[in-house]
Amino acid sequence: MNHIDRSKAAFVAACFAVLALLPLLTGSYGVDLVTKIMVYAIFALSLELLVGATGLVCFGQAAFFGIGAYAAVLLSPASEAAGLWWLLPVSIVAAAMYALAVGALSLRTKGVYFIMVTLAFAQMAYYVVHDTPLGGGTDGIYLYVKPALGSLIDLDGSLTLYFFTLACLVAAFAFLAVLLRSRFGRALAGIRVNEQRMRATGFSTYPYKLAAFTLSGGIAGLAGFLFAVKDGFVNPELMSWHLSGAVLIMIILGGIGHLRGALIGAFAFALLQEFFKSEAIFGAFAKHWHLGLGLTIIASVALLPRGLVGLPGQWRERLIGRSRSATVGQEAMNEA
Amino acid sequence: MDFATFLIQCLNSLQYGLLLFLVASGLTLIFGIMGVINLAHGSFYMIGAYMAFALAPVVATTFGGGFFATLLVGTVLAVALGYVLEWIFFSFLYEREHLQQVLMTYGLILVFEELRSLAVGDDVHGVQPPEILAGTLPLGEMMTYPVYRLFVSGVCLALAIGMWFVFTRTRLGMMIRAGSTNREMVQSLGIDIKFLYRVVFAAGVAIAVLAGMVAAPVSSVYPGMGNSVLIICFVVVVIGGIGSIRGALLAALLIGAVDTFGKVLVPQAAGVLVYVLMALILLWKPDGLFKAG
Repeated sequence: MNHIDRSKAAFVAACFAVLALLPLLTGSYGVDLVTKIMVYAIFALSLELLVGATGLVCFGQAAFFGIGAYAAVLLSPASEAAGLWWLLPVSIVAAAMYALAVGALSLRTKGVYFIMVTLAFAQMAYYVVHDTPLGGGTDGIYLYVKPALGSLIDLDGSLTLYFFTLACLVAAFAFLAVLLRSRFGRALAGIRVNEQRMRATGFSTYPYKLAAFTLSGGIAGLAGFLFAVKDGFVNPELMSWHLSGAVLIMIILGGIGHLRGALIGAFAFALLQEFFKSEAIFGAFAKHWHLGLGLTIIASVALLPRGLVGLPGQWRERLIGRSRSATVGQEAMNEA
Repeated sequence: MDFATFLIQCLNSLQYGLLLFLVASGLTLIFGIMGVINLAHGSFYMIGAYMAFALAPVVATTFGGGFFATLLVGTVLAVALGYVLEWIFFSFLYEREHLQQVLMTYGLILVFEELRSLAVGDDVHGVQPPEILAGTLPLGEMMTYPVYRLFVSGVCLALAIGMWFVFTRTRLGMMIRAGSTNREMVQSLGIDIKFLYRVVFAAGVAIAVLAGMVAAPVSSVYPGMGNSVLIICFVVVVIGGIGSIRGALLAALLIGAVDTFGKVLVPQAAGVLVYVLMALILLWKPDGLFKAG
């Protein structure tokens, strides 16, 4: 492990430590907000596995999120707490199964066509819950009693949910970090860089891509499960393309190709939204919060070509570039 | 469904399909030639529709003109807008990854929507068709068909033919086609590719704005209308094959027919039909119906 790897690991560990201590500092509003952002961060991590690690841009990620959420609500008994030990895995598997089916078909296409086919399958799932009575139609459905694990964990309490979500986030991050360092992860990186060459070296790339797609769907399902438990409510908007778009924007903003980019992006996107929506700062103009968010995004594209993750590197290059030109100038003066 | 209803639905699907084609053709041109995924394209359609609503009184007082003067002024403004936008926001993006462009154009959507909200508000508006075109044509004994919808189809057809002519019969069209195949080669032959891109972008914006203005009296004017048309236009573009104008026309007419008849025949599943169609076509032909180049 060289010092850059170590500083990255230290950064991520510091982030998780701050998140673990945060409830001591903020009130219930902060806990609620950060729980929501952590759910988005898990969701963003799931997409990062596809976009950043494998090079597959999926525009239908919200479907897996939504299926995880709907599974959590539909499978919960009406008047007693569902067992967390079975409901969580079942929700994840439901989302992963849909991802397996979608991936098996849509991986036949490439590039923008792949983007659009994944959108098409997400829209199909959206219209199934939107137009049929299966999931309460456009009104959505409520989850009256939140799942629990005996008397040990009851997700009804907002602090319990906070730490459970944090644990899921750490677990998802660690799982992906290990996965991407494994042989499997290296194969995905190879597919991203040059799929032809991977095939030429004897890898059958399709099963690798399908496995990545299925895993990604499962992790998105986990995020969806947590979202449903947090809000106690699901509606078709959880599967809409707006959410697929928003999560894609999060990881691009954070910086594609780095797991911590997904974390940073989710936090940056959600906190920017909160900032521009805040009436305390912008007063009556707060209802036009899209304007500030949009301008910030445009500025970040113009100034941060590698996303927020690339910012320290950009600074370092600047400093080194400056000191180098300064020494060159010094040498020139010495020679003269 | 009797014959007159069938005929009306045919005309409706044709009108919707042609309108989709107009918006989608700009999208496919910009993507096929410049390689930019322009999410803000739907916003140009929205801007056009709001122009038809907000510009009409201004044009009436300054030029004393009516609907057609508004169309003309709007188109000129749109060309200028496209030219300036390409210059400020896109000219430095070509070397970057596609995803950076996606992020940028997403930011533009938010900005355009909010500027629209600041300038005209969030209300839904209706736009009156011009008086000459306000009448209806009788169809059968009971049914009538509004003249304005026929006018929309006519305008779209005329523009489609115009685009075909420019593309295949003029020097500019030749340069555009060459630019979409090999950027460096065209540049080394001494053609100013930056200027060419700016022209293509401005043309794409102008067509989308014009489509929005023409559509305003039919569809009414509402916030978020750009986003819904954007997704459908992407569907049209990929079904047709990216960069292919011919494919976009065929795909737009197909989508128009499936959507219109879907709403009449199976109203509970109308929304999903378009996407099922897209998935089936792309699984059958992974590069769309007509792959350009």
